[in-house]
Amino acid sequence: MTDRKQILTADDIRRALVRIAHEIDERNGGLHDVILIGIRERGAPLAERIAAAIADFEGVRVPVGQLDITLYRDDLRTRGPSARVRKTLIQHDVTDRVVVLVDDVLYTGRTVRAALDAIADLGRPARIQLAVLVDRGHRELPIRADFVGKNVPTSRSERVEVHLRESDGVDQVLISRPA
Amino acid sequence: MTIATARRRHALDLDDFTPEEIEEILDTAESMKEVLSREIKQVPTLRGRTVVNMFYEESTRTRISFELAARALSANVVSFTARGSSVEKGESLIDTVRTLQALGADMVVIRHNQSGAPHLVARHFAGGVINAGDGRHAHPTQALLDLLTIREHLGQIRGLKVVIVGDILHSRVARSNLWGLTRLGAEVTLCAPPTLLGPAAYWTATWPQVKISYKVDEAIAGADVVMALRLQKERMQAGLLPSLREYSRAYAITPERLARLGEKTLIMHPGPMNEGVEIWPEVVTAPNTVIDEQVTNGVAVRMALLYRLAG
Repeated sequence: MTDRKQILTADDIRRALVRIAHEIDERNGGLHDVILIGIRERGAPLAERIAAAIADFEGVRVPVGQLDITLYRDDLRTRGPSARVRKTLIQHDVTDRVVVLVDDVLYTGRTVRAALDAIADLGRPARIQLAVLVDRGHRELPIRADFVGKNVPTSRSERVEVHLRESDGVDQVLISRPA
Repeated sequence: MTIATARRRHALDLDDFTPEEIEEILDTAESMKEVLSREIKQVPTLRGRTVVNMFYEESTRTRISFELAARALSANVVSFTARGSSVEKGESLIDTVRTLQALGADMVVIRHNQSGAPHLVARHFAGGVINAGDGRHAHPTQALLDLLTIREHLGQIRGLKVVIVGDILHSRVARSNLWGLTRLGAEVTLCAPPTLLGPAAYWTATWPQVKISYKVDEAIAGADVVMALRLQKERMQAGLLPSLREYSRAYAITPERLARLGEKTLIMHPGPMNEGVEIWPEVVTAPNTVIDEQVTNGVAVRMALLYRLAG
């Protein structure tokens, strides 16, 4: 049996995303150059929700894209083609824009490293920022988030599971420890 | 999301692919098409890997397509043709493969006029082997690109009526397509003169659902897809056909036949074409003819397969 504990409720997630939306606005002195790019899978719905929050308080619709980083992973040789390649869907040119990458959990930083390489292949943004729902620590690369929903100290043996309505039917973040 | 199907080392034919694995490769190929639509048509996935294209039989589109696919994934690519290699000095296929292995090749793509040559290579090579066409036997990447093209246009393969017309007896394209199409639930009809088709039992022994027809107008009525195959001119010398003109009249996809099919039927051809023999020039340029898309999709499908075999 594993011991699971809820660390974010649906309401916590909603508030965290609204706060991140405001912070993105403040940090960039407005939103006209901002494009939100969710890292697939769970970063994509989070980016949509941040865009919806921005639309609520600013009345503007910022562009949203989805990025698949599978082809940029650094563990193909050791782990094989274990992940499915999904489509990258970014309709807008990222050159000279402020790209805000959105992901569910920031852990080793390797996914973000892959995402930075992927974005660089699509254009030359003015800036790239990172928004995550949960930062659980244990970085293996010099990467940090600009916007964090919740910092959660974890041990490496623990698992952080983000469940979202769009993919899992429910909004919550769980932490589980092997017994 | 993780890949549902087991790791794969070789792609020698579609006979050992499950429907799920085929669909997964087609999905991956669609993602690869997005990469190919970018300004920078390259991702770093296979950086540092070496792919060797061994072409013992002439080919333009397949060889270039495999080269572009491997390069788009950042692999090192070396292509050689039998002419100008040690093959001319009498080096055996097995020796050549051992040499490539010693030189550090990770994957081999082979086209050969002998059926079974890729299987032989797979037994003597530690890395992955992809069959790029062997004799009359198999051409799995052609079948995959055909499936992708059909799926893009018609949504799904299941329940579609697909007619393959032409020199089926000698066609590796027909055989691999039979595996792929029947696995995904299409209804396949083979149509050719008896000399280019052989006895029906030869086909139904392996693909019990397949239908056989010797009359093209009957076969293609109501078809969702009509696939014309190249007629090799050698077949006439071998006495299998009275004349090209006779074949054309009876089996070619002509503007008249196209008109009877309607605008929704896809017209396909694996190339290279003999225009005016198995397919008319007016048909090649018709709006429901997707021959150029087949070629474009070939690169994406081969990228998907190279990715699948990497590890």
